[in-house]
Amino acid sequence: MEGLTLSDAEQKYYSDLFSYCDIESTKKVAANGRVLELFRAAQLPNDVVLQIMELCGATRLGYFGRSQFYIALKLVAVAQSGFPLRVESINTVKDLPLPRFVASKNEQESRHAASYSSDSENQGSYSGVIPPPPGRGQVKKGSVSHDPVQPRTSADQQEPASPVVSPQQSPPTSPHTWRKHNRHPSGGNSERPLTGPGPFWSPFGEAQSGSSAGDAVWSGHSPPPPQENWVSFADTPPTSTLLTMHPASVQDQTTVRTVASATTANEIRRQSSSYDDPWKITDEQRQYYVNQFKTIQPDLNGFIPGSAAKEFFTKSKLPILELSHIWELSDFDKDGALTLDEFCAAFHLVVARKNGYDLPEKLPESLMPKLIDLEDSADVGDQPGEVGYSGSPAEAPPSKSPSMPSLNQTWPELNQSSEDTAIVHPVPIRMTPSKIHMQEMELKRTSSDHTNPTSPLLVKTSDLSEESKINSSVKFASGNTVADGYSSSDSFTSDPEQLGNNVTHQRSHSGTSPDNTAPPPPPPRPQPSHSRSSSLDMNRTFAVTTGQQQAGVVAHPPAVPPRPQPSQAPGPVVHRPVDADGLITHTSTSPQQIPEQPNFADFSQFEVFAASNVNEEQEDEAEKHAEVLPVEKASDPASSLRVAKTDSKIEEKTAASAPANVSKGTTPLAPPPKPVRRRLKSEDELRPEVDEHTQKTGVLAAVLASQPSIPRSVGKDKKAIQASIRRNKETNTVLARLNSELQQQLKDVLEERISLEVQLEQLRPFSHL
Amino acid sequence: MVHTSLDVVDEKISAMGKALVDQRELYLGLLYPTEDYKVYGYVTNSKVKFVMVVDSSNTALRDNEIRSMFRKLHNSYTDVMCNPFYNPGDRIQSRAFDSTVTSMMIQVC
Repeated sequence: MEGLTLSDAEQKYYSDLFSYCDIESTKKVAANGRVLELFRAAQLPNDVVLQIMELCGATRLGYFGRSQFYIALKLVAVAQSGFPLRVESINTVKDLPLPRFVASKNEQESRHAASYSSDSENQGSYSGVIPPPPGRGQVKKGSVSHDPVQPRTSADQQEPASPVVSPQQSPPTSPHTWRKHNRHPSGGNSERPLTGPGPFWSPFGEAQSGSSAGDAVWSGHSPPPPQENWVSFADTPPTSTLLTMHPASVQDQTTVRTVASATTANEIRRQSSSYDDPWKITDEQRQYYVNQFKTIQPDLNGFIPGSAAKEFFTKSKLPILELSHIWELSDFDKDGALTLDEFCAAFHLVVARKNGYDLPEKLPESLMPKLIDLEDSADVGDQPGEVGYSGSPAEAPPSKSPSMPSLNQTWPELNQSSEDTAIVHPVPIRMTPSKIHMQEMELKRTSSDHTNPTSPLLVKTSDLSEESKINSSVKFASGNTVADGYSSSDSFTSDPEQLGNNVTHQRSHSGTSPDNTAPPPPPPRPQPSHSRSSSLDMNRTFAVTTGQQQAGVVAHPPAVPPRPQPSQAPGPVVHRPVDADGLITHTSTSPQQIPEQPNFADFSQFEVFAASNVNEEQEDEAEKHAEVLPVEKASDPASSLRVAKTDSKIEEKTAASAPANVSKGTTPLAPPPKPVRRRLKSEDELRPEVDEHTQKTGVLAAVLASQPSIPRSVGKDKKAIQASIRRNKETNTVLARLNSELQQQLKDVLEERISLEVQLEQLRPFSHL
Repeated sequence: MVHTSLDVVDEKISAMGKALVDQRELYLGLLYPTEDYKVYGYVTNSKVKFVMVVDSSNTALRDNEIRSMFRKLHNSYTDVMCNPFYNPGDRIQSRAFDSTVTSMMIQVC
C-alpha cells in the first residue's frame, strides 16, 4: 500500500475510528459492516465510497486492515474536501480536515421516524441494524455486550458529527453488503473470519446462531430487536434482493452498483423498514415470550391481570417509571390486562430497555397487538405505503413468516376482523342460542346481575339440564340468568382467539357502564319461541335422561317379578330416589293421591295424564305414562301401589310367556297401561288382553323406552311454561311497582336538592359580603 | 385558591344526596365566578376531583368545551390508572397523560 502519513490528530482519530470498527478487538481488522457504516455516515455518494474502498485496497483484500482503514479514512477526508480521489492524494493533500462522519439521528424514536422517510434517513435507520449484531457477537464471546461498543462510540464522538452511536449505525451499505454478497455468494452463517465476503455475513451469522442460543435468558438477552430484524435482514436481502437484482451472478461492482442503486434503494428502504425495524420480534423471542406468558396465564387467549404483569416485569429491575411507560405503550386497549400480543410487546420493550435502548414514545408498529384498529397504528411510523410491511400482523401469527406479502395480506384482514370483532362483540354475547332461554328468564326478571358467575345454568351437563328443568320455575325467579349469559358467553367467545378482545371489551364494558342491562333484554324478546324450544329441549333432554332412567328403572322391577315380591319392592325403591326428584316435578300432577284401589289409582293417574297431555301417540304415551306410573307409584310412599303394581306385573309375568328380560321388563309395563286402560272399560278383559298384547306391547314398550319422554315433556313443558309465565308476570308487576316507587322517590329527592341549592345560592352572597 | 375551590367542591358533593351515576352530575360547573378566574370542578365516580382553573380573561371558553375537556381528562386519567405500576396518589408521570393535557391547554389558549 502507499505510504500513509498521518498527523497526530488524524492518527488519534483514525485509531479511534478503527477501534470502533474493530469490534472483534483484533487490532488488525475492522469489521466491514462498521466500516461501511462509517463511510455511509460520511455522507459521500455511494460510488465515492466504493471508490474509496477500492483504493484503499480493502476490496482487494476483502477486509479492512488497519492500514486500509486509515487510507480509507484519509480518502474520505479527501473526498469530503472535494478533492478527487486518487491514491496519491492521500499523501499529497495536506492539511486535510479530519473526515467528517455525520451522526445520524441519535434517538431511536427519530430513527424509527427516519427509517420511514427519505433515503438518507434510511441510511440512518439502517444503522439500527448493524450495531446489535456486533453487540451480539460480543455477547457470544462473553464479553460485555455493548459496552465495548459504547466506549468506542463515545470515543468517536470527539467529532461533533460522530457517526457511530451504537443504535445508529447504518447498515450502510446494505447495498454494499448485498453487492458484496452478490459478488461472493458465500454468505450465510459463515464463521467470523473477516476474510472475503464472508465477513459481512459473519456478524450476521453469528448473531443468527447467537439468537438461537442465548435468547432464553433474561440476562442473556442481547439487543434482540435489532438483532433479529438484522438476522432477517441478512436472510432475506440476499435471497430476495439479490434474486431480484442480480440472480446470483458475479458482476462488477460498478455494474452491480448501477443496476442496484435504483432498485436497491427502494428495496432496501422497503426491506429495511421491515427488517430494519429494531422492534421486531424474532420467532425465537416470540416463543420465549409465549412460554413466559404461559407460566403466568396458561390460556393463551386469556389475559394477564395487571398485578401479575406488574410483578413479572418488576423482576426485570427496571425503574418503576420505565415500567409504567412500557405498560402504557403495550397495554393497547387500556384494559389493565395484557393479552398475549400486548405481553410480548411489553416483554420486548423491557428487553430492549435492559439492553440500553430508549423506549419509544409510541408503540412501534411491529409491536402493535393485532386486532387493533389499524387506522390508528398507521400514524405510527409515518410510513406511506410501507406501513403494511412492518405491521403487527407479522407478529401475530408466529407461523407467518415476517415477509412483506403476508404482512400486507393480514393487514386488511385484521382491519376487517377488528371491525367484525368490534361489531360482533356485543351481539354474540347476548345472542347465543343456548343462552336464549336464560336470557328470556333474565328478561322476565328485568334485573341484571352481571357479575354473578356462579350459577350453573350452562346446558352442558345432564345434571344441569336436569337441575334446570327441575328448577326451571325456580330459576325464572333467580338472578343468575344474566350471569350465566355472561359467563357462558364469556366461555364461548373466549374460545376463538380473535374474540379475545371481545372478551376484553366485554369486561371493560361490563365494568364501566350500566348499559349492559339494556342490551340483554331485547335479544330474548324476539325469540320467545326459541326460548320455548330451548326450554323444551332442556325438558326433553332432562326427560330423556330421566325417562331413560325411568325406563331402566322400570325395567328392573319387571325383571324381578319372577323373584319374590319383597326383593322386587326394594329394587324399585333403590332406583326411585335417583330420579325421584326429577320425577316428582314431572309427575307432580300425576301422582295424584292413591285411591285404595291401586288399580283404580292407575286409572286415575292415567286419566290425568291422558287428559293433560297432547298426544299423538296415545298408546305410546299411555304406555310411557304407564312406565312412569309404576315408577311413580314406586316412589309413592304408599307401598300398596307398589304391591299392586307388582301384583299386576306378576300377573303379567305369569300370564305372559317367557320373552327376553327386556321385553319382559317392558311388557309388564306396557301391559299395565293396557290393563289399566282396559280396566276403565272392564277389568275382566284386561288379563286376557294383556296376554294378547304382551308381545305387541313388548315391541311397543321397547319403542317407548326409546321415546319415553316427548309427550310427557310436552305436557310438562306446558305446565312449566305456564307456571313460569305466571311467575314472571308476578315479578313484572312487582318490579313495575318498585320502579314507580323509586321514580317517585327520585322526584322527591330532586326537589329537595333544588330547594337546597336555592338556599345555598341565597346564603352564598351573604357569606362573601 | 385551589383549596377554596376544593371546599366548594366538597360542598357541592355533600349537597347531592343521591348517588352520582350520570356523568352530567360529575361536572360541577362554574364554582367560583369572581376574582379573575374561573374554577371548574369535576368529580369522578371514585371521588377523584378534577379542578380546572381558567383565567377569566379567556372568554372564548364555553361550558361545553369545558365539559369536553373534562371528559378527555377523565379518559386520560383512567388510562393512567390502568397502569398497574401507577400507585394512586403518586404524581402522574405518564407521558401520554401529559401530552394530552398539554394539547388540551394549547388548544384553549
